[in-house]
Amino acid sequence: MKHLIIPLILLSSQVFSQTPSAKEILEKVDANMSADSRIFTSKMIIHGLRSTRTIESRSWSKGEKNSFTEYLAPPREQGTKMLKLDNQIWIYSPSTDRIIQISGHMLRQSVMGSDLSYEDMMEDAHLLNHYTGTIEKEEKYDDRLCWVITLNANTAEVAYQIQKVWIDKERFIPLKKEMYAKSGMLLKKMELSGVVQTQGRWFPKKLVFKDVLKEGSGTEFLIGDIKFNATIPDYILSKASLKK
Amino acid sequence: MIRFLFKGIIRDRQRSLLPIVVVTIGVMLTVFLYCWLSGVLNDSIELTARFSTGHVKVMSASYAKNIDQIPNDLALTGVDSVISILKSKFPQIRWNERIQFGGLIDAPDSKGETRSQGPAAGFGIDLLSGDKSEIKRFNLEKSLRRGRIPEHKGEILISQEFSEKLKVDPGDTVTLIGSTMNGSMTLCNFVISGTVVFGTGPMDHGSVIADLNDVRLALDMDNAAGEIVGYFSDDYYDDTKANQTVTEFYRLFPPSEDIYAPVIKTLRSQNNLANMLDMIKMVGNFMVFVFVLSMSLVLWNAGLLGGLRRYSEFGTRLAIGEDYSHIYKTLIYESVLIGIIGSLCGSIIGLSFSLYLQKHGFDLGSLMKNATIMFPSVFHTRVTATSYYIGFIPGLFSTVVGTMLSGIGIYRRKTAQLFKELEA
Repeated sequence: MKHLIIPLILLSSQVFSQTPSAKEILEKVDANMSADSRIFTSKMIIHGLRSTRTIESRSWSKGEKNSFTEYLAPPREQGTKMLKLDNQIWIYSPSTDRIIQISGHMLRQSVMGSDLSYEDMMEDAHLLNHYTGTIEKEEKYDDRLCWVITLNANTAEVAYQIQKVWIDKERFIPLKKEMYAKSGMLLKKMELSGVVQTQGRWFPKKLVFKDVLKEGSGTEFLIGDIKFNATIPDYILSKASLKK
Repeated sequence: MIRFLFKGIIRDRQRSLLPIVVVTIGVMLTVFLYCWLSGVLNDSIELTARFSTGHVKVMSASYAKNIDQIPNDLALTGVDSVISILKSKFPQIRWNERIQFGGLIDAPDSKGETRSQGPAAGFGIDLLSGDKSEIKRFNLEKSLRRGRIPEHKGEILISQEFSEKLKVDPGDTVTLIGSTMNGSMTLCNFVISGTVVFGTGPMDHGSVIADLNDVRLALDMDNAAGEIVGYFSDDYYDDTKANQTVTEFYRLFPPSEDIYAPVIKTLRSQNNLANMLDMIKMVGNFMVFVFVLSMSLVLWNAGLLGGLRRYSEFGTRLAIGEDYSHIYKTLIYESVLIGIIGSLCGSIIGLSFSLYLQKHGFDLGSLMKNATIMFPSVFHTRVTATSYYIGFIPGLFSTVVGTMLSGIGIYRRKTAQLFKELEA
């Protein structure tokens, strides 16, 4: 028996010592999910109550808060462009040839009737910069062993004051998220799948958002081609590019 | 005898003129007040009906449930087929599709940047098909202050007050920032064709009106409409007819669990109007009752006074041998004739005033500049079947009762004392 107990103690202490802290986990998650810059194409499939619509776009993002999106399809949305610089968004509509600025609470409104807000779609927030994590437990999600981490916001700026994240222990990517208001009310759910290894990192190419305050069956956000840390010319992230 | 009494009334003006004038004035006021209250009540109902509820309104079940939010994402679809069924099965009702919407009106500067912006409550109504019924219902021709009613696609009317706030004029282009039926943000340019003053505070603060098809295009609502409003051909709301329409409607479109299935609502059953309408009607009837009662008392007194004024005459008639009951009867017959003549004259004058104001209305707009509730600024009287007889209640009934009471005094006269009284 003694022969068994000692190795077990040694093994468990080994395992315990290998469990990284929440901060270390979030650092690795950020390394996978975020980048200095990103260029990608995406397909947003909005499952509304009455119909399903697909919207295609190409996006350029730099840092956490600056990005530019051009809609490619359907014809009604084609040519619409959105520029986000810090906390302001400018939208260009080709049919009106007007640039309209939106800011403040409008940033939390739905994009194209989807379950994503402008902030969800156009920000690339590093978790570690805005949240403090606490590992709650370990559990299996989608046949993958995960840490369940509760994130509490350090700042009032973020859209979701509390998040609960299921992080793949092996690949350090979130597989499921629940986003809550400060009051504890569940606002949105997100499921991430289609994880691929690309450009030296793991990255989920399918995100399913569900705004629980909204009727409908959620929005699928499918990422096509993606380039991390690519050089993005300054003119793209400027108002001048909206009318081009 | 009636002819004899009638001649007496006509020839002896000292005896009849004052009572007839008093009855005429009283009846005229009664008739006019009744028509005025009926008109004000009807104007308020019709204003709500014209702009908002219709006499009946067809919507999707879930739109009807959340109507306060004007949820165009729950709008009725396949409207062409619904409206063609409604038009064929209910030809006595005029049906029109409408889209109510909210959004921002953004006025650009010379560089296309936002110069001014304000929240707008919009109506998409039929302006360009050639059918003028919605233009009349919204009273657009008379409400127009500058410019003209839209004649081409992409034109919009804007309330005068809103145009002043945004500093825009007819001919300027503004952008509607709204939400499509699918929840996408939509931007759509419109050229202001004219400005309007509706005469109701909420409508004047920030309303825009565009053609239904333009709004459909802007809000991505192809073959959809938030509401199909129906109006009875005589333009008056009738609860019985409305309820019959509801019953017929559900024979054509049986109630279902589908949240997008069409449902119909009567004017009474919308916007919590039932209680309000009942209360307004009750208060109106009470006011009419109080007025009729007070006029009855006045005319009763006139009858009493008439009887007392003729004290000497009755004495003389008794002295020369006329029977008590004959005098009393003739007195009552006379009062009936005076009541009828006064009531007829009063009703004719009261109805003439009322009919004039029913057609032309009475503009109280200057007193309601800052009103924030939807209330008409031009009031009309309304002549109904009751208007033709309501004046006879105080005019005939009260005069006769007053005379009957005063006439009782005739029986108390003592023949033995008559000559003493006459000598005195």
